[in-house]
Amino acid sequence: MEFGLSNEQWMLENSLRGLLEEKLSLERLRKVAEIGSGFDATLWEGLVAQGIVGLLVPERFGGSGLALLDAAVVAESLGYHVAPAPFPASVVMAPLALMSAGSEAQQAKWLPKIASGEVRISVAFAGGVGQTGEASVQLDGDQISGLLTGALDAGAASHVLVFLPDGRAALVDAHEMGVAIEMRGSLDRTRPVSSYELNDARAIILDAANDARVVAARVADAGRVVLAADTLGAAQSMFDRALAYSKERVQFNRVIGSFQGVKHTLADLVTMLEPCRALVWYAAHAQDAVPEEARILALQAKAHLGEVGREIARLTTEMHGGMGFTDLLGLHYWFKRVAFNRQMLGAPEHCRQEAAAVQGWLTV
Amino acid sequence: MDLAYGPKYRALQEEVRGFVRSHGHLSPRTGGGRKRPDKRALAWQHLLLQHGYFARNIPKEYGGFGLPLDVMELAIIADEFSSAGVSPGIMNQGISMLVPTLLEVGSKEQCAKWVGPTIRGEVIWCQGYSEPGSGSDLAAAKTHARVEDGHFIINGQKIWTSSAHFADMMFLLCRTETEKGKHGGLSYLLVPMSAPGIDVRPLVTMTGRAEFNETFLTDVRVPIDQIVMRRGDGWHVANVTLKYERLLLGDPNKLTYRLARVIELMKKTSLEGVPTIQIPEYRDRLLRIQGEVLASKFHGLRLLSEQAKGEESGVRRLIVKLNGTMIAYRLSSLAVDVLGAAGLPYEPKGEALEDDEATTWQIDNMYDIGLIIGGGSSNIQRNIIGERGLGLPREPTADIKLGPKE
Ligand SMILES: Cc1cc2nc3c(=O)[nH]c(=O)nc-3n(C[C@H](O)[C@H](O)[C@H](O)COP(=O)(O)OP(=O)(O)OC[C@H]3O[C@@H](n4cnc5c(N)ncnc54)[C@H](O)[C@@H]3O)c2cc1C
Repeated sequence: MEFGLSNEQWMLENSLRGLLEEKLSLERLRKVAEIGSGFDATLWEGLVAQGIVGLLVPERFGGSGLALLDAAVVAESLGYHVAPAPFPASVVMAPLALMSAGSEAQQAKWLPKIASGEVRISVAFAGGVGQTGEASVQLDGDQISGLLTGALDAGAASHVLVFLPDGRAALVDAHEMGVAIEMRGSLDRTRPVSSYELNDARAIILDAANDARVVAARVADAGRVVLAADTLGAAQSMFDRALAYSKERVQFNRVIGSFQGVKHTLADLVTMLEPCRALVWYAAHAQDAVPEEARILALQAKAHLGEVGREIARLTTEMHGGMGFTDLLGLHYWFKRVAFNRQMLGAPEHCRQEAAAVQGWLTV
Repeated sequence: MDLAYGPKYRALQEEVRGFVRSHGHLSPRTGGGRKRPDKRALAWQHLLLQHGYFARNIPKEYGGFGLPLDVMELAIIADEFSSAGVSPGIMNQGISMLVPTLLEVGSKEQCAKWVGPTIRGEVIWCQGYSEPGSGSDLAAAKTHARVEDGHFIINGQKIWTSSAHFADMMFLLCRTETEKGKHGGLSYLLVPMSAPGIDVRPLVTMTGRAEFNETFLTDVRVPIDQIVMRRGDGWHVANVTLKYERLLLGDPNKLTYRLARVIELMKKTSLEGVPTIQIPEYRDRLLRIQGEVLASKFHGLRLLSEQAKGEESGVRRLIVKLNGTMIAYRLSSLAVDVLGAAGLPYEPKGEALEDDEATTWQIDNMYDIGLIIGGGSSNIQRNIIGERGLGLPREPTADIKLGPKE
């Protein structure tokens, strides 16, 4: 018995961190952020080469057949480097949906293309996972119409997977007739905010699942765990930078880290942050291995990381003084990533509300 | 992450569940750390030791169950006990702090002599650390012991000594090497409370009960071999004990257990006819703390795993006390708020176990502040986390001259 990562998982993290350090300097990040599509082709190639894009895809379909815990390990590293990569939807949620609700033929057709990085699927929910915008879609035979806001990873997507209010998922080619995408300027320049307008677009329905709603919840929960892990990484990075800065910056002839106000803040932050890692790991593990705890843990991990992430983002920014408030330092990319993750797939309040429902504490 | 419930674990879970079902009614209501364990608590303890649900990993020759450390087993046992709401056994300063200290740095003879009776609940210990002039600055202790014909002769005063009024033994930090400086001059002695020259005077705490004491020591004699490690090693030994004390004070199992109690409370209390668990403001507070408790719980499992592998946990271990005591306080605060005005009648009985529910929660809520102060206050924890855990520079010491101003 062991609670922790395996050697393979530490190695996965190591090689990914190497790639991210090499490919993602702050200058590079700025360039990609200017475009705002949340996609860096060179980085994506690197992720494909490391087998990360096909992480969840079964080996028989050309993937690595790994588990959600591995995905969480990857997400933490991506968050640490605020990597512009369509990971939550395209690498985790879409393949999971296909694996859970796609027919054998659909899986055989799409999963290999996902693993090779050729197909990148955005995910959008038409109801049920805490969107605050509009979402109304109608399905007529195999034609789908409606407006979808808050699509994840849409910036460089070839397809969009739409979760219908009844839980079924419909796969739509983003470049086909009847599909229009609108990209808005996003708070988080490493992740786009996009909506799709569908007008009688052709849809492939995934309906091999016994219970479509269960699959939709599973996919949303997997997304939540991965966003929580992403926040963990981003917050850890901000913490590490604030700690390093506090040992460097001198005021009143002392490094600021020797002041209790600063030292105690850092102590409080690490006390908040460190247990989050175990929570995220277990939440990810539970999605695959502990079904009776899976829902509560995904929701609570998402909610808790949203809260801790915000606190760390604020206080580490503050700890950098005026420099923390500049564009120059670039810390704001992390701040905004944390802010983005907090709202996506259900803000903390929404997730806790749903966790209450799951535990039977919500009858009114 | 190897948490697969293999047949071995499923069997253990079944076994523990069966035990709790058939014997649970014998459990005392709490661990009983704040008083001498009564017959019921001792019998329960005996039963747990017999089944290996307590002291599971302590060697057999010292009275434990002698199994190698397996985190999953401990987690299963703790889970089954806490979800059934039965006592996981006695938790006191002897069991949770002195015993692991002896196992880590004590001699074989000391382990053989003290571990067994202590884990059985027969020998109760108190901790003689704090003094009127040295609390946070523990190493400034002034109580001293000189050596005379094979004995330490101890003189001085301890304060805030929990349980001293019913303890059999004290582990005592005192100054034996006057020429060796602040930290190097300390020793860690094991002192019988029945020794002539010990005077224990109860101090009433904010809860209204006398839970800790002043302990005066006047020419108290203990044989020279009643020392853990050697003369001058006292600071090291004291810190070993503090390590375990802080893990105990921040114990995530306690949080899980208490969370379950708050949930129960919120199901049965109501406000204008609506169960408090259904009222969004209270419920959201509960859910926020649930997230924190879950994080603490899995963090605890991770630490145990690291311990089993002999890995250093560094800052991850140092945060446990600060984290756990704050969450415990938030939980009891929520309970007090859920009770509302109905929680204001405060009528402590002679025995803590006879207190009504509201009084119990109010006492817990106050005692949680005590635990935030004791064992090194939260600010001291922050210093330790910052300095030892994160490598930040130490406070510059201001050598203020105390005394009347010119
Ligand atoms: C319920 C309870 C049970 C206890 N049981 C025992 C026991 O069994 N045995 C025993 O020996 N002791 C016991 N204690 C004593 C406890 O260990 C001390 O109270 C504690 O270490 C604080 O010391 P002090 O009371 O002298 O406060 P002080 O050290 O005077 O501290 C006062 C305040 O100053 C702050 N402070 C002090 N130094 C610093 C610093 N460097 N940086 C920032 N802030 C600082 C503290 O955080 C605190 O808030 C118990 C205490 C309580 C409350």
